[in-house]
Amino acid sequence: MADFWNQKSECMSRDELHHIQSERLAGLVRRIYTNVPYYRDKMHEKGLVPEDIKSVEDLEKLPFTTKQDLRETYPYGLFAAPLEDIVRVHASSGTTGKQVVVGYTQNDIALWAELMARCFTMAGATKNSKIQVSYGYGLFTGGLGAHYGAERIGAMAIPTSSGNTKRQITVMRDFGSNVLCCTPSYALYLAETMEEAGISPDDLQLQAGIFGAEPWTAAMRSEIERRLGLDAFDIYGLSEIMGPGVSMDCIHKNGLHIWEDHFIAEIINPDTGEVLPANSKGELVFTTLTKEGFPLIRYRTRDVSSLNFEKCACGRTMVRMSKPSGRTDDMLIIRGVNVFPSQIESVLLEMGETSPHYMIIVDRMGNLDTIEIMVELTPAMVSDEVKKIEDLENRIRQNIESTLGLAAKITLVEAKSIQRSEGKAKRVIDRRNM
Amino acid sequence: MLIKQISIFVQNKSGRLAEITRLLGEKGVNILALSIADTTDFGILRLIVSNPDAAEQAISEYGLTAKVTEVIGVAVPHVPGGLASALAILNDKGISIEYMYAFVTKSEGDAMVILKVDDNFTAMKVLSENGIKLLTPEDVASI
Repeated sequence: MADFWNQKSECMSRDELHHIQSERLAGLVRRIYTNVPYYRDKMHEKGLVPEDIKSVEDLEKLPFTTKQDLRETYPYGLFAAPLEDIVRVHASSGTTGKQVVVGYTQNDIALWAELMARCFTMAGATKNSKIQVSYGYGLFTGGLGAHYGAERIGAMAIPTSSGNTKRQITVMRDFGSNVLCCTPSYALYLAETMEEAGISPDDLQLQAGIFGAEPWTAAMRSEIERRLGLDAFDIYGLSEIMGPGVSMDCIHKNGLHIWEDHFIAEIINPDTGEVLPANSKGELVFTTLTKEGFPLIRYRTRDVSSLNFEKCACGRTMVRMSKPSGRTDDMLIIRGVNVFPSQIESVLLEMGETSPHYMIIVDRMGNLDTIEIMVELTPAMVSDEVKKIEDLENRIRQNIESTLGLAAKITLVEAKSIQRSEGKAKRVIDRRNM
Repeated sequence: MLIKQISIFVQNKSGRLAEITRLLGEKGVNILALSIADTTDFGILRLIVSNPDAAEQAISEYGLTAKVTEVIGVAVPHVPGGLASALAILNDKGISIEYMYAFVTKSEGDAMVILKVDDNFTAMKVLSENGIKLLTPEDVASI
């Protein structure tokens, strides 16, 4: 049952891979040095010229790229191709109100489809499959990323996008979807809604689920598999690097294969930047080898993982990353949406009407994540009229929703009722057991 | 003559009202009238007290946020239709009532009501012109 989309690449020897990576890395550095002044300056600061980077071993000489770099170069400062060659952009949350914008050339879109095709094939999908894409279509990379991969293998893409759960289920049953792509929490919500409607997995033709964009546990995986009657795969990606399909687990479910002919992965100590040996736990760092529009060198993902270079029983030689076990920053993933507490803080500060003292409470009700933001009312905002306070509450809610792209419950609380801390403020209570 | 009302934002937590009333009691502040506007998450406690300044201070010192608003106090005959006649006067002049509540005691056969309207000045003028007795802070304090 070993199905490959591109067996030659997916199973190439580590030596050959090393050769390809080295060649591509040298090319990447030349392109970036020539086309991206920001990177050129960073290299100069380290006293580097492109000729210094000849092989994968030289990677460590290069500077890291951080979310801060993306913010400073917003929106197009890190694009390595002229805008006229960019055929699409996606965006994800930045650490403040500003988003991170990523651009793709025609070749980048084709590469992404190729890597998603590898993922779908790894999950057993073929040209005969019907792939329901319930990730959101839009600036978020999930929907379109999966969609192009589905078309690439010649399967039937069903672009339901996110939301409208009843219709999702009707489509799944009536159209005979074989593969479901969505966040794991949404998969459980679909299962629950199906059960309420008296629809059992036997009424469906689901075979595989490609779930990602948020953390989930092994227990959740078994529950989804049982309740939806499918084989659940864990997919990983981030828009900065490409989107979904940077890595995914194979049928052995023992780590997510990173497509190393296009990305080099490293694990570093987040405090010192030191590169750690295989199987050590640390921060995952990616270098995109072949991307044209938005290539990144040593991008710090803030995801905590480890790398296993042993050949997998599936036959693939590509390194396996462990399921990310946390973050080295305070980013939260809520219903698949990346949320930084600092985004909420900047909304409150910009409004200038409330105190900047807030607390974020994340929970999981049923199978859906909920976010509540408690905001302290300042003396100036206390009113004798309920409608004035409710009006403020509504405005906060709307501003937060338009910034995060996520509805949050806003709870106004008494002044000084949120605990003050002397060190780093504790802003988040996450009650989900991830 | 306007009357000072203390408004306090309180979260819906058990024991909150007990604490506030205890606090006022300890400071020798007497509560003369009160109303609570509540929503699912919070309430606004509005108080008419014997000593508004002392009450405000006590509440702020305790760490709660109080706001002082000026409201109108009226005395209307404590008979059926007594309040209706006063409200009709305001309605005729197009003055809206934001909220209102009554005192727990009565004096000399009158019922006493607190009104929050959108136009204090006009409301007081038309009420007086129509023979409705307006309460002064002294009247209130002497209850």
